[in-house]
Amino acid sequence: MPGAPAGATAVAVSALRVVRGGREVLHGLNFAIPTGTVAGFIGPSGCGKSTLMRAIVGVQVVKGGTLTVLGVPAGSAALRRRVGYSTQFPAIYDDLTVTENLRYFAAVLGAPPSDVDRVITEVSLEPHSEALASQLSGGQFTRASLAVALLGTPELLVLDEPTVGLDPVTREELWDLFHSLRVDRRVTLLITSHVMDEAARCETLLLMRDGRILMRGTPDDLRENAGTTNLDEAFLRVIRDAERSRS
Amino acid sequence: MSPRLTLATARRVANQLRRDPRTVALMVLLPTMLIILFRYVLNSQQAFDAVIPSLLCIFPFNIMFVVTSVATLRERTTGTLERLMTLPIGKIDLLAGYALAFGLFGVIEVGVATTVCITWLGLSVQGSAALLVLIAVLDALLGMALGLLVSAFARTEFQAVQFMPLFAFPQVLLCGLFEPRDHMIGVLSGLSDIMPLSYAVDAIKLVTSSTQVSAELVRDMGIVFGCILIALLGGAATLPRRTP
Repeated sequence: MPGAPAGATAVAVSALRVVRGGREVLHGLNFAIPTGTVAGFIGPSGCGKSTLMRAIVGVQVVKGGTLTVLGVPAGSAALRRRVGYSTQFPAIYDDLTVTENLRYFAAVLGAPPSDVDRVITEVSLEPHSEALASQLSGGQFTRASLAVALLGTPELLVLDEPTVGLDPVTREELWDLFHSLRVDRRVTLLITSHVMDEAARCETLLLMRDGRILMRGTPDDLRENAGTTNLDEAFLRVIRDAERSRS
Repeated sequence: MSPRLTLATARRVANQLRRDPRTVALMVLLPTMLIILFRYVLNSQQAFDAVIPSLLCIFPFNIMFVVTSVATLRERTTGTLERLMTLPIGKIDLLAGYALAFGLFGVIEVGVATTVCITWLGLSVQGSAALLVLIAVLDALLGMALGLLVSAFARTEFQAVQFMPLFAFPQVLLCGLFEPRDHMIGVLSGLSDIMPLSYAVDAIKLVTSSTQVSAELVRDMGIVFGCILIALLGGAATLPRRTP
């Protein structure tokens, strides 16, 4: 996989507005994510994280603004092999085994059959590869769904709450995997979470609330600005400051 | 349109069905059981002979309609459709894959029903039995294609199931089972003329009653086939990659 040139932008969003059910849920977002970054979108549930991810992968109807992904408009047919997406609610066929699921999605992607075993190992599902998805535990189901996004050679991974409900050991392994993808293949990762201890593992954080980005920076920037070492505390202060300045 | 993706999808759908033996049993055996039931309700070979060609169309049509509309709705509600929409697969590949897998089960379904009708229930076929099976399969496929199409308009499985009385039952009432099509009052006769099931029933009546492959028979089969294609293309067109 040829790496993108240094300094390139993986995702550029400008004045993005999304309306769902008659209500504006994203109010003119602007940001850019450089190639080869692990970017965390952190915020309470309902803040618009999933809608933003859906817009970036091109399955969300957008009201206004522009989204450029890997140099082309979001949702372009050319991106369908280059972007891996894992939905917030795990999306696999629960009446198929883990292997059958992955074989189907690998076939759709045109990925080599050997990819199936590779991604099963990456998400540590080897003991359950022949189990029906409906028989998996919640955490195993989440990992099986995440494995689909890892098939092929995506340049951008959009992972909506990929580690929710997972045990600490698996979470640690997945974060190691995410960082090795970034280092070895210069993959860009967009990861959403509402848990602050995930935020500490991202290189750049975008704190979201009510369809707006309140703050952008590294975990250290955030701690420094808020004058606390606790990220939860820091996020709460950012929110309070934002509300004070609005009122 | 890619044969590779269509086949991969058909294999996947068939695998899913294989895991649900109860649905397969219902799909394959239910039409035959209902036809047998109908035979003994009428309790007259003469009365049964008059309706059996229509029944061979109607039962497979309805069952395929409801099974496919629920199956595709499930794909939509579980998020796998959204995932597929981000992947390099055409909408027509997806629907054609469904059509192929369900079509295969339709062949088995119709094969069983026709065999029982001919060997047990005294169905006499003047024309070719193979042609009879082909028409009945086309008809099951028509049910499948319409089921795929209308599932695009259903938001819940409740609605999808209700679409059967909405889209399929009027076709059954007007297809000539209860009253010959040309005896109906003007409006209904006109409605009957625009309903695809009417042509499937006409075709199967022609093949059971005559050894000739008439121009009318070919035309009716062509209309049914055309409706299947239109419904599949319509289904692909109503499947949006982006949703609100």
